[in-house]
Amino acid sequence: MEPFKSLTAVAAPIVRANVDTDIIIPSREMKSVSKTGLAAGLFAGWRYTTIGGREPNPDFVLNRAEYGSAQIILGGENFGCGSSREHAVWALHEYGFRAVIAPSFSPIFFGNCVRNGIVPVRLPVATVQALAAWVERDPAQHRITVDLQNAVVRADDREHAFELDPESRDMLLEGLDAIALTLKQRAVIEEFWQRDRRARPWIYEIEEGASR
Amino acid sequence: MSPRSLFEKLWQSHLVQQLEGGAALLAIDRIFLHERTGSVALKSLAAAGRKIADPSRVFCTMDHIVDTFPGRGDETRMPGGSAFILETRAAARAAGIHLFDVRDPLQGIVHVISPELGIVLPGATVVCPDSHTCTQGALGALAWGIGSTEAEHALATGTLRVTRPKTMRVRFEGQRPAGVTAKDFALALIARYGSAGGNGYAVEFAGSAVRALDIEARLTLCNMATEFSAMTGLIAPDEHTFEYLRGRDFAPEGATWDHAVTAWRELSSDVGAHFDMDIEIDVSTLAPMITWGTSPQHAVAIDGVVPEQSASGTGPEAYARALQYMDLAPGTALTSLPIAAAFIGSCTNSRISDLRRAAALLRGRKVASGVRAICVPGSMSVKRQAEAEGLDKIFVEAGFEWRESGCSMCFFAGGESFGARERVVSSTNRNFESRQGPETRTHIASPETVAASAIAGHIADARALQPR
Ligand code: SF4
Repeated sequence: MEPFKSLTAVAAPIVRANVDTDIIIPSREMKSVSKTGLAAGLFAGWRYTTIGGREPNPDFVLNRAEYGSAQIILGGENFGCGSSREHAVWALHEYGFRAVIAPSFSPIFFGNCVRNGIVPVRLPVATVQALAAWVERDPAQHRITVDLQNAVVRADDREHAFELDPESRDMLLEGLDAIALTLKQRAVIEEFWQRDRRARPWIYEIEEGASR
Repeated sequence: MSPRSLFEKLWQSHLVQQLEGGAALLAIDRIFLHERTGSVALKSLAAAGRKIADPSRVFCTMDHIVDTFPGRGDETRMPGGSAFILETRAAARAAGIHLFDVRDPLQGIVHVISPELGIVLPGATVVCPDSHTCTQGALGALAWGIGSTEAEHALATGTLRVTRPKTMRVRFEGQRPAGVTAKDFALALIARYGSAGGNGYAVEFAGSAVRALDIEARLTLCNMATEFSAMTGLIAPDEHTFEYLRGRDFAPEGATWDHAVTAWRELSSDVGAHFDMDIEIDVSTLAPMITWGTSPQHAVAIDGVVPEQSASGTGPEAYARALQYMDLAPGTALTSLPIAAAFIGSCTNSRISDLRRAAALLRGRKVASGVRAICVPGSMSVKRQAEAEGLDKIFVEAGFEWRESGCSMCFFAGGESFGARERVVSSTNRNFESRQGPETRTHIASPETVAASAIAGHIADARALQPR
């Protein structure tokens, strides 16, 4: 995963509550057992005029020329709710997004962002709305900075501090591979299992039942 | 020791190590996968040259993409669907994990078979790359949905790095009125507190009305915790839980069983345990619920009307979009809406008790003409049980399609679907845009409401029908 320090980019406002992962990547667009080939299906239901088609809907924000290079999304409450499909985050990343700024995120989507180098930034709903209004006045020039090192969003000569748990922040800043990191604790994990196996043998002794 | 909540007990008993950044390394007891999102985790893990820490505690089913038509095989109606099945099968076999394959008599929806087979146990941690994994919390497990990369982590290390959530207790108190179900408890909660109301929390469901629910109804309630944006829902296990699990395929036996039950009896919140938020809902005032919009929080009593924006709990833009999508106007009575289809299925409401309650309303009655009605049992075991009781005949004689088990039309993957812009009453959990088909208008409700609506040809209040 590539480290994320700071990014200044065009932001696309999709400030609507409950943008679910079915919206971000419809199930019908997840065509193979793969983490790639998903960008074309991103927001397909809103982005194209017909289901399954590829005729751009001119009203949708990502189809407007001034948002063509957007790398940040301004989202609404409960962003990424619904299905756990990580494909939503893979599609966002493949399209070019590196940060989502929203009042709140579904917990699974939030974790998926962190594991894929997309910074989930929580800011109050009024702040997100103000940012969206400012961006809309001149999308190409009114760029937003997400500075992860200092945990602030900068826009319109103002700074907005945000909070991110240290674990997620470190993962993103360093571009860490969580599995490799955890595997270093193998001895501690083995020790836990040895102890736990005595305390809760039913967790570890699994026998397929009579009907198998 | 100071009083601890059920969540704290589960957390502490799985704490392998406190990590520097404030997260915790938690031991994961059970991992479940399915062909939709598990396949990519298995494939990616193998590509990275990593091994599964303990394959004997990993389970996989074929539920999402598999067809639910009789005589099904590896081909599905979803374009490209059979690749998911074939790749999952190959990866599962190579990894040496338990697999409930397409033709396995124990196959079914992951969240239906894991309790039914005794794979999930009280006090266990259970994860699956599927948001409705919270269902399993109904047995007193700490169970939550994760992404595929997290699933890889759990597979490779037997642990997850987790930031501790806050705790909420939701107490459902009072006498449950006839016709009001666990599904209605969940929809009432989400309507009242919003679909982000549980964000950041692990939610314990408690109170006299929860104690009085049977285990399958508790599974329905916890299933909807993810629609509340909670990390999970959980319910303290009790004698009903132990009775439910006794003798199930993967449940412990003999002396180990006795040992387990003794330990499980400790799994409840101590008197005086701290919760960051504590709310109470009086169920005696509840009615059956139905959704009018495109979020589970857009729910009202079945005899209610589409609310004005000010009473909808939704901002103007999302409200307008929901009404336009659903083709509704404020003030419209929900029961006045004609339907094109009725669906009973999904991990929320496709267990044997759900089918029995729906069948009691359908017996000797017919689905209204022009309504397509479908029943998809949640597992092959549920299907066999229903057939042994003759429920299949009741469904078929009423005019329902009777299917093999799976997720089926709970979601649209490009294959089978309801028609464009059709209005559907569904026992599923998500009324999102195009969730069940291209621009399909989904109203979610209990199986009783779905059955009554199928008979009436419009959204209907099941309380007006006598069970037969
Ligand atoms: S039945 Fe529906 S909600 Fe449940 S696991 Fe399957 S697709 Fe997901």
